[in-house]
Amino acid sequence: MALHVSSAPPISAFHHLLCFFFHDTYPEMEYASSLQRQLASMKKNLFDQGYLDEQFYQLEELQDESSPNFVEEVVTLFFRDSSRLVANIDQALQKYPQDFRRLDNIMHQLKGSASSIGAAKMKNECTSFREFCNKENREGCLRSFQKVKKEHAVLKQKLENYFQLLRQDGPVDKATRSGN
Amino acid sequence: MSSYAAGRGEQEIHVLAVDDSSVDRALIAKILRSSKYRVTTVDSGKRALELLTLEPNISMIITDYWMPEMTGYELLKSVKESSKLREIPVVVMSSENVPNRINRCLEEGAVDFLLKPVRPSDVSRLCSRMR
Repeated sequence: MALHVSSAPPISAFHHLLCFFFHDTYPEMEYASSLQRQLASMKKNLFDQGYLDEQFYQLEELQDESSPNFVEEVVTLFFRDSSRLVANIDQALQKYPQDFRRLDNIMHQLKGSASSIGAAKMKNECTSFREFCNKENREGCLRSFQKVKKEHAVLKQKLENYFQLLRQDGPVDKATRSGN
Repeated sequence: MSSYAAGRGEQEIHVLAVDDSSVDRALIAKILRSSKYRVTTVDSGKRALELLTLEPNISMIITDYWMPEMTGYELLKSVKESSKLREIPVVVMSSENVPNRINRCLEEGAVDFLLKPVRPSDVSRLCSRMR
């Protein structure tokens, strides 16, 4: 069963003792706990800094034995779609006269997907963009879109790092493999 | 085709989910499958109607409102206007809380309206509405 790093409980003193006690016999355990701590810390930062919201927890809740990589799969789908949508908006912004309705439609899609994975900062920037669209404020749209792109890139990097680490963590029974 | 004995009947509950967003399709499918429903997802109203002509035993249609070419509302209307399909309960989802939109859908015969992002708790209340 996959190791599930949910909202991180504080590492208890007992856990530290256990790690110390088993250090020589089970070095993997100490490694695993350090990795878990890193993961928990990464995740906490993502939430504390507002990159992710509650919806991300909902995705984690849905992950189970029948779909053990559900969260990463959905996030991958998101970035596949979002990259395309961001490119479409970039293109559409180059055009004259500005088709604000089309811009709004594309951004609506992007915002929806961002919301579905719990990408809070991105969602907020998408909302700002749509407000400028509604007012047909091209300058505002351009400025706002820079922010959307920035949040998109930052989130992508952070989640790539997170999932890379998560994959290293692996299921619990991997820790008992010899030579690891 | 395996069947799942869901409560009284031997018939499997087959839900059709319609959404142009791949992320949202993955999400709604997962939520529904976690509740043991059989799920087919399509990315447009047009494909939904195509599937409905071939697949007779759909217990429920869950559709996004805002889709290019054919909106969820238009799909709902087509279903309700069809003598063959009108008995299938339709649920509409939207990321926007627009009372007029919700009312129009309910008036047109939607059995429920869900705000996105959809959660398992939203879907569990649909159980009693399945055909």
